[in-house]
Amino acid sequence: MKRVGLSGNYAVAYAAKMADVDVIAAYPITPQTTIVEKLSEFVANGELEAEYINVESEHSALSACVGASLTGARVFTATSSQGLAYMHEVLFMASGLRTPIVMANVNRALSAPLNIWNDHSDAMAERDAGWIQLWTTSAQEAFDATLEAFKIAEEVLLPVMVNLDGFILSHTYEPVILPDESLVKEFVPSKPMVNRVSPKFAYSIGVVGPPEIYYEMKYQVVDAIENSRKKIKEVNKEFCSRFGREYRFVDAYMMEDAEYALVTMGALTGTARAVANGLRKEGERVGVVSIRCFRPFPKEDIVSILEDAKGVGVMDRALTPGGPSNPLFAEIATALYDITRRPLLQSFVAGLGGRDVTADDFKAMFGLVKDVVKEGRPRPCVYVGLRE
Amino acid sequence: MTKKFEEFPTWKEMPVGLVVFAPPVNGPNPHYKTGTFRTLRPVTDPAKCNKDGLCWLYCPDSCRSSDAETLFAVNLDYCKGCGVCAEVCPTKAISMINELEFKE
Repeated sequence: MKRVGLSGNYAVAYAAKMADVDVIAAYPITPQTTIVEKLSEFVANGELEAEYINVESEHSALSACVGASLTGARVFTATSSQGLAYMHEVLFMASGLRTPIVMANVNRALSAPLNIWNDHSDAMAERDAGWIQLWTTSAQEAFDATLEAFKIAEEVLLPVMVNLDGFILSHTYEPVILPDESLVKEFVPSKPMVNRVSPKFAYSIGVVGPPEIYYEMKYQVVDAIENSRKKIKEVNKEFCSRFGREYRFVDAYMMEDAEYALVTMGALTGTARAVANGLRKEGERVGVVSIRCFRPFPKEDIVSILEDAKGVGVMDRALTPGGPSNPLFAEIATALYDITRRPLLQSFVAGLGGRDVTADDFKAMFGLVKDVVKEGRPRPCVYVGLRE
Repeated sequence: MTKKFEEFPTWKEMPVGLVVFAPPVNGPNPHYKTGTFRTLRPVTDPAKCNKDGLCWLYCPDSCRSSDAETLFAVNLDYCKGCGVCAEVCPTKAISMINELEFKE
């Protein structure tokens, strides 16, 4: 075990290396590039024995990953924004064919206008692709989630996307504890997975699913991702027992007696917690709820954490233009719909395309949640920091 | 040949990830007969056949027997009537006959 300074991207690259991946296929895109750059360095130096496939696009990268994964190989790729959008159709094939691919998605805004900075619109656009989605708030979490992702993916035969915020996490250097490689190998042993394209057997893969077949096959994905909850819980538990860091589906921060809460995802959680600390000192009973596992969505955890709050603000970093609400708000509202006594929900949009969300912004959001509770009804979605 | 809707497997019975196993036989798929759209049927004239086996060799669907004694009998469950065998036959022993001329 050693403590080193790593960027979020390098932390992910080290995790993939320590998990001893067999195949990497990726196409460079900002702000993801340094992940696959570092991995290509590991392969070139002989530190990692893997097939590194240079491809001409993200569509090809994920297609190569699907094929490689079907042979039973441990497969890794990484992308961002436009790259993830370009993978769109293959994402559904990866889950439908049940290939346990691990992908780091370094969150970046979608064009137009062209923007390389951080928001969550890339991953939110792929929430229905049948992928497990983990979200991280620090370089250490990015490392840990990537390791967990291999284990989860291979147990439930579903692809896993590890999300980390572009630049805020991907290019910021933080102290990261790297475990000994032998301990990592014990946690994610290279186990021979079924080779589904072996010449020893006659299989057809990626066949047509006519109306009599398609529905049942898609339900298999629904069943697999529902059942992955149990497996994710077990993996979190095993990770904690081996490495001492405990992860849950949802991180509840000072929520035991909180009256007002803010729901966040990703690296801005840290700012929200710091602001909550300050408000607590002023006597405000506030807390922060951060979603770590977005797919499968932790509905029960959300209910048990939020049901006693008076008001909850949900901060989206993506848009659903023309929709009844933005994506994260819709998930939280749906999760709370079935309970009789639920908190008042206020929708916020913030930090699009890398726009700063400052401590003052968070303070204002907490304040507004308190105000709308007093007023007894939420306001229309508040676009934080928008010039009007 | 056509399955009833109720006979299709449930989602639990289906193989994971759309993987379809080949039937465990050495030969054509007994569950999927493909000769139904044939309009011309190859018929071999025993007097002209020199048993060189080119029809068996060239058949793109491998639906001819390798047995010369049967004049490389055609498996009509799979023959699509493409006429390649008739085309390659050096003695012109194979005629393509319209299906309507057969009773079965």
